[in-house]
Amino acid sequence: MFSPAIAYIVLLIGAPFALAVMYAFSDARIGSPGFHFVGIENFRSILQSPSFQAALRNSVVFTVCAQIIVIVCSTILSIALEKPFRGRRFVRFLILLPWVAPISLGAIGWKWILDSIYSVITWVLVWAHVFKPYSAPMWLGEPHLAMASVILVHCWRLIPFSTVIMLAGLTAIPKDIPEAAAIDGAGFWRTLFQINIPMMAPIISVAVLFGTIFTFTDMTVVYILTAGGPFDSTQTLPSLAFAMGIQGSDLAAGAATSLFLVPVLILIAYFMLRAAHRAEVA
Amino acid sequence: MAGRDQQRLWARALHFTVLAVFVVLLAFPFYWMLVATFKQNIDLYNVENNPFIFNLRPTLDHLKLLFFETGYVRWLANTALVGVLVVFITLILALPAAYALARLTGRWGQRIGIAIFLTYLVPPTLLFIPLSRVVALLGLQDTIWSLVLVYPSFTVPFSIWLLMGFFKSIPRELDAAMVDGLTHFEAFYKLVVPISVSGILTVVIFTFTLVTQEFVYALTFISPESQQMVGVGIPIFLVRGDVYFWGSLMAACLITSLPIALLYNTFLDRFIAGFTVGAIK
Repeated sequence: MFSPAIAYIVLLIGAPFALAVMYAFSDARIGSPGFHFVGIENFRSILQSPSFQAALRNSVVFTVCAQIIVIVCSTILSIALEKPFRGRRFVRFLILLPWVAPISLGAIGWKWILDSIYSVITWVLVWAHVFKPYSAPMWLGEPHLAMASVILVHCWRLIPFSTVIMLAGLTAIPKDIPEAAAIDGAGFWRTLFQINIPMMAPIISVAVLFGTIFTFTDMTVVYILTAGGPFDSTQTLPSLAFAMGIQGSDLAAGAATSLFLVPVLILIAYFMLRAAHRAEVA
Repeated sequence: MAGRDQQRLWARALHFTVLAVFVVLLAFPFYWMLVATFKQNIDLYNVENNPFIFNLRPTLDHLKLLFFETGYVRWLANTALVGVLVVFITLILALPAAYALARLTGRWGQRIGIAIFLTYLVPPTLLFIPLSRVVALLGLQDTIWSLVLVYPSFTVPFSIWLLMGFFKSIPRELDAAMVDGLTHFEAFYKLVVPISVSGILTVVIFTFTLVTQEFVYALTFISPESQQMVGVGIPIFLVRGDVYFWGSLMAACLITSLPIALLYNTFLDRFIAGFTVGAIK
């Protein structure tokens, strides 16, 4: 009874993946029906292009920075949310908004907040006399600020997701262990670092694995906020693949670029399988 | 005793501060959408005005523009249609597959299950280039049918994974009803499906929200304004040339996000259970 589903998955995930690999070694373009194999020519030319080097570096930098910030913030937030208080359901809903709302719409909301002229952040900073009127930086117009903005929006989107996963993990910790520690005289911080966080380790790793995939393979945030600019300073592998493969009609170069996502995906799949296997043994 | 009371007070203050800071940071963009939705343009585009308050009377102009002079309503309809069709296709493919895999004994059932879960990790940004050509070859380019065809490729794997969990919790003895003259299929549709209503409902909501959130495929396959989904239509087509109509743009973001967020939020705990299957018990 599972053959129709398997057939569908093979046809729409397996076959396109094989096609992507074929295109990467070919000269396929939008508009010309056939293609010829050209060996590793595409890889040679993209590896030399400054845009690709920037994209590869940014993809790694954005993913790593976002994950570090997300883990710290969502650990704190999940502990704060686990304690019962009045209005917890509503607070949880507000905190979850960035994750449950469509990301393209959240990103355009940020584009308005970071607007070059009407940014509310600029207004507050001018009001607080940090900048003189009209002398504040353009948040999405300067390379380093644009990179920081992309990381910020990724964190904004992922913190709710990681928090909920960690909450699930926190509630699964048997309550008698931290209580026993408290009776034995361990304070809040000691209980946190020596009992709660180590016990949360497996669930934190699940959150990190999913978070890595979501950041590393995402092109929506970059495409909407900066379209890779200014000067490729926020270009990532997926956004560059789109710019070359679809907007630039060079399917082969786009496919070759997106294939650089695969090693990371394989690594993540490996760690997920290991986590699942461990849970099974335990 | 006074010392302990004071300590408790500090703990409460810290707890409140942490929550308040995060709520403000995470929910602020949505509050900001709400403010822009009702602000007059001369108020919105004046850097001298305090942006946090209404310096002029609130207005409904942005909403009127959005609903009567843009493709927004059409995009909503497109999204709803694609959503419903993808939900049906997903159920038809995932229900029997999940049931069969949950009942398949031995290592093979488990292996196929894990393989299906791993396909969920393959991102659209890896497949959109070859799929754009497949869609063009099938003559589906620039129509929502391209999305109806492709979207189940990411909704089916996760739905199978979610449903497997539900089916595994149904005792096998129920299947023994087959001995009483019911075939495999009859036992499945008359006994197992009714018990799994909550699992099926979860899949329905999950699939529908994923469809509304997708961006890459919709951006790649479809160019005409009239065929857009909300997720692409709003950020791309509410901008004319280089001019952003921020008021109606923010209104569209808010009006579209809130119902999806409410729906997703209601079922969130079950999705998380699906995400973390295996990692916690």
